[in-house]
Amino acid sequence: MERLWTPEEMMTVAAARHLPDRCICFVGIGRPGVAANLARATHAPGIVLVYESGAIGAKPWRLPLSIGDGELAETADLVVSVPEMFNYWLQGGWIDIGFLGAAQIDRRGRINTTVIGDYTRPSVRLPGSGGAPEIARSSRRVLVVASHSPRVFVDRLDFITSGAEGVSAVITDLGVLDRDRASGELVLTALHPGVSVDEVRAATGWPLRVADEVRVSAPPAPGELEALRTLVARREVAA
Amino acid sequence: MAEITSLREAVEELVHDGDSVALEGFTHLIPFAAGHEIARQGRRHLTLVRLTPDVILDQLIGVGCADALVFSWGGNPGVGSLHRFRDAVENAWPLALRIEEFSHGVMANRFVAGASGLPFTVMRGDAGNDLVRRTSSLAPVICPFTGERLTAVAALRPDVAVVHAQQADRRGNVMLWGITGVQKEAVLAARRSIVTVEEIVDTLAPRPNAVVLPTWAVSAVAVVPGGTHPSYALGYSVRDNHFYRSWDAVSRDRVRFRAWMERHVLGVAGWDEYRRSLELGVVA
Repeated sequence: MERLWTPEEMMTVAAARHLPDRCICFVGIGRPGVAANLARATHAPGIVLVYESGAIGAKPWRLPLSIGDGELAETADLVVSVPEMFNYWLQGGWIDIGFLGAAQIDRRGRINTTVIGDYTRPSVRLPGSGGAPEIARSSRRVLVVASHSPRVFVDRLDFITSGAEGVSAVITDLGVLDRDRASGELVLTALHPGVSVDEVRAATGWPLRVADEVRVSAPPAPGELEALRTLVARREVAA
Repeated sequence: MAEITSLREAVEELVHDGDSVALEGFTHLIPFAAGHEIARQGRRHLTLVRLTPDVILDQLIGVGCADALVFSWGGNPGVGSLHRFRDAVENAWPLALRIEEFSHGVMANRFVAGASGLPFTVMRGDAGNDLVRRTSSLAPVICPFTGERLTAVAALRPDVAVVHAQQADRRGNVMLWGITGVQKEAVLAARRSIVTVEEIVDTLAPRPNAVVLPTWAVSAVAVVPGGTHPSYALGYSVRDNHFYRSWDAVSRDRVRFRAWMERHVLGVAGWDEYRRSLELGVVA
């Protein structure tokens, strides 16, 4: 079957669908920014995008390269300092959804963005935590978007950058994992079209639990794809 | 009262070998010109402090100005790694770099505690992560009113804070706006401070969201138009995203990095020559 979309596009579309209209969404660096802006361009025009640089209610026309691009401040409802952002708006309990990326994630939904290998002699030094620990702790729900491979979905994290307290779902390029409240473990609940359970198991570094009923994600609708490609094209032109 | 002076003199007088130096500006208003001046004057053994090290600290670390780094997110935003930072941490090149890292919220609150004249401040949660095991600046504390277990974060009091702002007036009062990050807290927490500005104006016009630093809270002000490149100053310049992307290849290789720094930073007389060397044009 010839597909008219890539797994990366499917992942972004599936992630965007997790964001309800008019929710207050704290947008992490990288992939979450693409999905959050796609949600705003499609089914969630009233979503409030919050960037850790201080922009609240940002409405960028093109995807920012950094979370502090000028357009975020110029289109925001308000711009606050970093201490105000983290203390009043995040820790104060105003954020509905925290939206994060991850370099490594474990079965409980804990995240590593700090190092691969030993902390004092790392084989790869990653950027570090940024705002992720506070976002994970203080948002009502946390969504994570990450590409599915055994290097990312690991049995044991090299470093715990943020705890799993609020993680409710992980959206990947193969499917969706929801966190089971009772066991605290990520469970496969949806497959993207054309993906098998075995493929997801092979891309996961621990024995993955699979829900009794696994949904199949709706493929990207033409409107979703067009909106996503427009966003990405505007970013490339701006670069 | 802030002294209105040249950037060269401000750095000569206020930044010393061995100092802890916070260069702040959250993506916006990053004080690149001041960072370059610190590198050109050959400062050594600095403890560099910054939430997001960005390209400016990649450059200072790569030329060997720093022994230590206190930070919370060390990447090239939207591009990838900071290669000089990684080379220092992974391979101790050109020097071993001690790192102390936190989350953004903790770094911001460490500055808040410093600016408040407190030994520490308090945040929610007991940090269910490994960061807490790598530092002596976080500790559990019990709320005396509710018994809740919270986290105490130690104050950060840098020797010097360096920031960039859009405007100062002739007395040295400073105004910055747009994304203002933790600059106010960094300046008030530090013992000394340098502010570079886009321009000096007769009167600072009131603006929404503006941060004003009174002249008596600042040590030195220097006029450096366009002094944030490749970062930006809202209302004066736009972020040079092309530069941030090209930095990836320049900084990946030690030899190419050294040559780039010689040609554009270490071997030039000052900021105007840096801009000419990159054909950035004159800032009016």
